Amino acid sequence: MSLDSVDRRILQIIQSGFPLVERPYLQIAASLGISEGEVLKRIGGMQERGIIRRLGGLFNSRKLGYTGTLCALRVPPEDIERVADIINNYPGVTHNYLRNHDYNMWFTLLAESEDKLNEILAEIRRSTGIQQMIDLPAINLFKVRVNFEL
Amino acid sequence: MLSDLEIKIVRELQAGLPLVERPYLEIAGRVGLSEEELINAVKDMIKRGIIRRFGAALKHQDLGFTANAMVVWDVPDDRAPEVGRIMAGYEQVSHCYQRPRRPDWPYTIFTVLHGQTRADCEKTAALLAAETGIENYRLLFSTRELKKSSMKYFMEEGR
Repeated sequence: MSLDSVDRRILQIIQSGFPLVERPYLQIAASLGISEGEVLKRIGGMQERGIIRRLGGLFNSRKLGYTGTLCALRVPPEDIERVADIINNYPGVTHNYLRNHDYNMWFTLLAESEDKLNEILAEIRRSTGIQQMIDLPAINLFKVRVNFEL
Repeated sequence: MLSDLEIKIVRELQAGLPLVERPYLEIAGRVGLSEEELINAVKDMIKRGIIRRFGAALKHQDLGFTANAMVVWDVPDDRAPEVGRIMAGYEQVSHCYQRPRRPDWPYTIFTVLHGQTRADCEKTAALLAAETGIENYRLLFSTRELKKSSMKYFMEEGR
């Protein structure tokens, strides 16, 4: 993993406070004492290498009117690929992981309304045939942090 | 709720900022605003909390945060707010939520812990247990990633 100190300083800046000015890359460049072209080149390079997954807005899904939940299923090991294919096919399923528990498959689902969400969950129950599924919507948010110290 | 214009802006911003000298000018043109109007609209959406963060989303595994654990805690309902706030106060905790109890699922507080190694996560969990007195908890490590993607909002037709 080859991030030099300039890359790291760029990441620190653009992780949270991406400049909202006409020429944001120029502002970043000025604060680091390098050229605008150099900043563009480095950010592009880090995007290509997958270090930067996305440059843009991260949204509060609730404020966009979306509703979400976390679901856990007990899926027999031999059935994992089939069930994952069905679940992952929904665009509102953004994360799906196997975890070390009897409830072994965990996915998050976002939908534009409560009704739509429940409709999708019922569909998943029906099409996967997995009856042991718990739906765990957040009832209290104590912390959601998206930034990391570099 | 969002205006039709704001929905258009969301669609553009989730597609990503272009790597050009004046990225806002390019997006402004696509949504029918001036550059200055677009910048002000984005600032307003940040102020209203619609945009939670404006900038780069990073792939954390590449930056040394190799281990994370979802730790679930069986917390008596009347202690949930207090315990949630205590756990949220720790630097190693990136997310802390309360979720409902289910017949075969007693855990109600969910935390995501980060560390360099799994042992770091186990140590942090033990520390949180000692600080809160909550002894029934489980560390759920992901053993395989089946899907990880960014949500695309307002993609259905007719919006």
